[in-house]
This record gives sequence, C-alpha cells and structure tokens, in this order.
Amino acid sequence: MKIHVYVTLKAGVLDPQGKAIHHALEGLGFAGVNDVRAGRFIELDVADSVSDADLDAMCAKLLANTVIENYRIVRP
Amino acid sequence: MKTAVIVFPGSNCDRDMAVALEAATGTAPAMVWHRESALPGGTDFIALPGGFSYGDYLRSGAMAARSPVMDAVRAAAKRGVPVLGVCNGFQVLTEAGLLPGALMRNAGLNFVCRRVGLTVANNQSLFTSGYAAGEAIRVPVAHHDGNYFADAATLDRLEGEGRVAFRYTESVNGSARDIAGVLNNAGNVLGMMPHPERAAEPAHGNLDGARLFAATLGALVG
Repeated sequence: MKIHVYVTLKAGVLDPQGKAIHHALEGLGFAGVNDVRAGRFIELDVADSVSDADLDAMCAKLLANTVIENYRIVRP
Repeated sequence: MKTAVIVFPGSNCDRDMAVALEAATGTAPAMVWHRESALPGGTDFIALPGGFSYGDYLRSGAMAARSPVMDAVRAAAKRGVPVLGVCNGFQVLTEAGLLPGALMRNAGLNFVCRRVGLTVANNQSLFTSGYAAGEAIRVPVAHHDGNYFADAATLDRLEGEGRVAFRYTESVNGSARDIAGVLNNAGNVLGMMPHPERAAEPAHGNLDGARLFAATLGALVG
C-alpha cells in the first residue's frame, strides 16, 4: 500500500527556501504569487499490516521534526 | 581522563576534534562508530563532531540522532557526563532531543564558511569557564543549516536560565536572537555551530577555541 506523507513547516517558522522560490517566480515574471512555503513529500510503500499508529510514530520519530514541522498522512 | 568522539558516516571533523581533545588531555580519544550500542567504560567526556552525517538527508542530523550509539550518549548525558556537539554535532543533539530548538537553513541560503565574532553570553558553565563574561572571541563557522530556531517561550526560558552560551556579534545565518550555542538544563550538554577545534593551535592563527577544551577538560581532571 502506498502512503503519502506531507511534511510542512509550522506557521510562524521562517522559510528561506520558500522565499527564494518566491523571488525566482517573480524573476520569471509570474505576478500574483503572495507567498511560497516549501515542504517535503515522502511516499512509503508499506504492508497492509502497518497501522495508523505505526505511521504516526514514523512521522513523529523521524520523518518530521515536530519542533518546526507538521505532518499529514494520506492513505490514497 | 577518557574522552570519546562519536563517528557517523559523513562526519568530517572527527579527526580535528580528536587532535584538539588529545592536545587538551594528553590522551587520544576513543573513536566510537555510530553502530556501537555502548561507550567505552568510564568515558568522561563525549564529543559529537561536525560533518554531514548521512549526507544531511531528510534533515541535518536527523538520521544520526537515531543511531544506536545515541541511546548510550543520551544515557551518559543523563548521568551528567559532559557532551559537546559542534556544527553537525549540534544539529544531532537538537534532533536527538538533548537540546531544545532546531537548526534550519541559513537565512541567506548560502553556505557560510569564515571566522566570525562571538560573545561569551554565559561564562559560568563547564564549557565556557575559560572565558571572561561577555568576552569577544573569534571562531570559524562552516555550515549551511545553522539558523537556530525555537519558539519565543523557549528562547525566553533559555535566556532567563543563562543557557545561551555564545552569541554571534555579526550577521551569520539568521539565528534567533543571534544564538550560536546553547546549553541543556543541567549545563552538561553544549551545542554550538562554530568550530572551536578549528581555532585550537597556532597554525590555525587563533587559539580562542583551544581555551574551551582546556577549561572544560581541565575542570574534569580537577
């Protein structure tokens, strides 16, 4: 089973990479972009026996740093 | 005096750290591979060196912080054994939960590699007792992810408890409140982005870092 994990910076945490992407988009002439936040997308291929609690623990222990990041688990 | 340097795949300041420790103690440290589950018996001081453990994959220090040896480091820190993390070692300590906060991409996005000015914000700790309070020193940095972040309440607590060891005196990486090094609550764990082991012998052109090792390890010898 393919599991999608989205790791994003918490609100209020400055994102220098997002800012640089934003500047680059403006440099390409794209107007109307208000803000850019960059995150990470991780795809896990797991056995059906892997529980929601296991997935949550994977995110909390390694995939995200919960000091600065939120995570969202999506079972397609 | 038994010291240990933890070596991760991708560590690249481990030998510099070993040279600095040997200069301060007269004895070469044990080099402990990250797969070990125990430290040599009687280890008095642990150093986590700089580098790019696991290629900085996922987040700087994230994978190294979950290495088998880190359970032993965590247990030693809890017993009061001094732990010094420099650069990637600082990142590992925050990822391991031994220090608060996180080290994010430098605000200017550039890898910063130069000697920078610091002030000694707290000279009452084991690690900083060789400096005068508020003393200005110069120590090299070399990092891409040194932008210290913690929420405002944590920063207030760190400052209120004297747990900011060093601050930058110039714009380096966007760190919150110019923090360059922080201590844990008990004062036996220090993480810092600047490299004291690169300011530790005359050929480096600067001995400000050697004073950290001399004071820390001298105090441990008693």
